[in-house]
Amino acid sequence: MSKIKKVDKPVISKNLDEFFTGMAKAFSFVKRFFKEVWFPPYEFKEVLRQCYEIGYRSLPLISLTGFIIGIVFTNQSRPSLAEFGATSWLPSLISIAVVRALGPLVTALIASGKVGSSIGAEIGSMNVTEQIDAMEVSAINPFKFLVITRTLAATFMIPILVMYTDFVALMGSFASVNANELVSLSTFFVQVFEAVSFLDIFSSVIKSVVFGFTIGIVGCYKGYNSSRGTEGVGQAANAAVVMSMFLIFVEELLIMQIVNAIRYA
Amino acid sequence: MLNEQEKVVEIRGLVKSFGENHVLRNVDLDLYKGENLVVLGKSGSGKSVLIKIMVGLLKQDKGTIKIFGIDNSNLNLKELNKLRLRIGFSFQASALYDSMTVRENLEFPLVRNVKNLTRKEIDFKVEELLESVALPNTINQMPSELSGGQKKRIGIARTLILNPEIMLYDEPTAGLDPVTCIEINNLINEVRERYKTSSIVITHDLTCAKQTGDRMAVLIKGHFTSVGTFEKVFEEATDKQVKSFYDYNFIR
Ligand SMILES: Nc1ncnc2c1ncn2[C@@H]1O[C@H](COP(=O)(O)OP(=O)(O)OP(=O)(O)O)[C@@H](O)[C@H]1O
Ligand SMILES: [Mg+2]
Repeated sequence: MSKIKKVDKPVISKNLDEFFTGMAKAFSFVKRFFKEVWFPPYEFKEVLRQCYEIGYRSLPLISLTGFIIGIVFTNQSRPSLAEFGATSWLPSLISIAVVRALGPLVTALIASGKVGSSIGAEIGSMNVTEQIDAMEVSAINPFKFLVITRTLAATFMIPILVMYTDFVALMGSFASVNANELVSLSTFFVQVFEAVSFLDIFSSVIKSVVFGFTIGIVGCYKGYNSSRGTEGVGQAANAAVVMSMFLIFVEELLIMQIVNAIRYA
Repeated sequence: MLNEQEKVVEIRGLVKSFGENHVLRNVDLDLYKGENLVVLGKSGSGKSVLIKIMVGLLKQDKGTIKIFGIDNSNLNLKELNKLRLRIGFSFQASALYDSMTVRENLEFPLVRNVKNLTRKEIDFKVEELLESVALPNTINQMPSELSGGQKKRIGIARTLILNPEIMLYDEPTAGLDPVTCIEINNLINEVRERYKTSSIVITHDLTCAKQTGDRMAVLIKGHFTSVGTFEKVFEEATDKQVKSFYDYNFIR
């Protein structure tokens, strides 16, 4: 049950009121996560199941998208570098672009479409059909069983998926570089690893952890608070995608600023 | 068999509104040990709200509910959960977990509330309950593969798995054909015999009411207008609304 009281009459205007009560509600939802995640019962089995679901659901689309992005980005960058006779820089350029920005962002956006929406729809329909209430009346904490497990699973899995996307995108890029510049796989990867720094990898991991958490918690929040009735389920799924994509871009921007500040300090 | 002395539930002056929608205005109700009490009322009269308040899914605005003598309004979550384990809540739409098989649905409340059960004990309990709702061979099916009546039965079995002393049935026969209705009614009566429960049965089906109820309580405009045996409440009804409820059910 939410502790935030509904006001009968609008204080400022109806929309603005709803915006602020919505913010407060979302904030207390996140707070509840951090309060409850440390204490038993731990639902390891459910977390594992969710990890599998998340990975399995996103893998085909991520593989395809990653590979194509690698090829396209390489092919689009080649003419500019060719002007300076610097096509040998392609592997370094691509690796920086992929590891710093494209990998995490593309993975997170795809996952918010695939994973976020399905979490939102699943929990939303459990809410509508009173399955969440059913847990509560049998003294089971639905927040622990549904929200914490899915959010943790997303937080673990997105970084893994990001590394996978990075790898696939680089393989796509290699396919193009190999065909055009006749660079061997080992030379390609030597250049790749020379170009990326520890800070790049570290910030990429941090970023993907944040993205994963966002996708999980937003999906759960929208599902958990879906309005009753079947259309509530669709709305929850949709809102989960929109909201998590928006937050992912904001977070990307913020983290990039922080990392650059560290990099050039 | 009615023990008039022992009340398991005592509701006094219960009030609940949602904004301008005053659902429960002043509800008094007693449930005696071992009885089946039928709550009747029109759609939207607040029957579900009433039993949801009893198990703490909703909070009343005013009034007290004592269950086994425990006032449920200022319990902490731990105490509330302890109380909830003694109450079985059968949902209007069954509320089976649709990502789990029937077996997992039944196990779920059991393994999370009773520690250190062996696999054998769990299986035994699950099979016993499926037997008692006459659906032993659905054990590995998903809820989506069950009919409405089967879902209701599995839902009832799931609530029985923790041996509740009070059963709350929210419209157990809604949306079912007359034959299945009678089967469910018999099940409700069997549950009382076998598990010695006291029950509140919510319905707007008078056949169900007559078959399962020791006493009737009619909820109209936010309070109980008449409470008593079926004959007293309906056949000797003077209140126009109660009477129309009766006529509507049998003239159809
Ligand atoms: N969580 C809620 N928030 C707002 N209003 C609610 C909520 N739950 C119930 N209501 C309102 O309370 C009223 C009574 O609802 P309730 O579900 O108790 O009816 P009911 O008697 O069970 O009807 P039915 O026979 O159709 O199940 C309805 O007007 C409903 O809109
Ligand atoms: Mg109802």
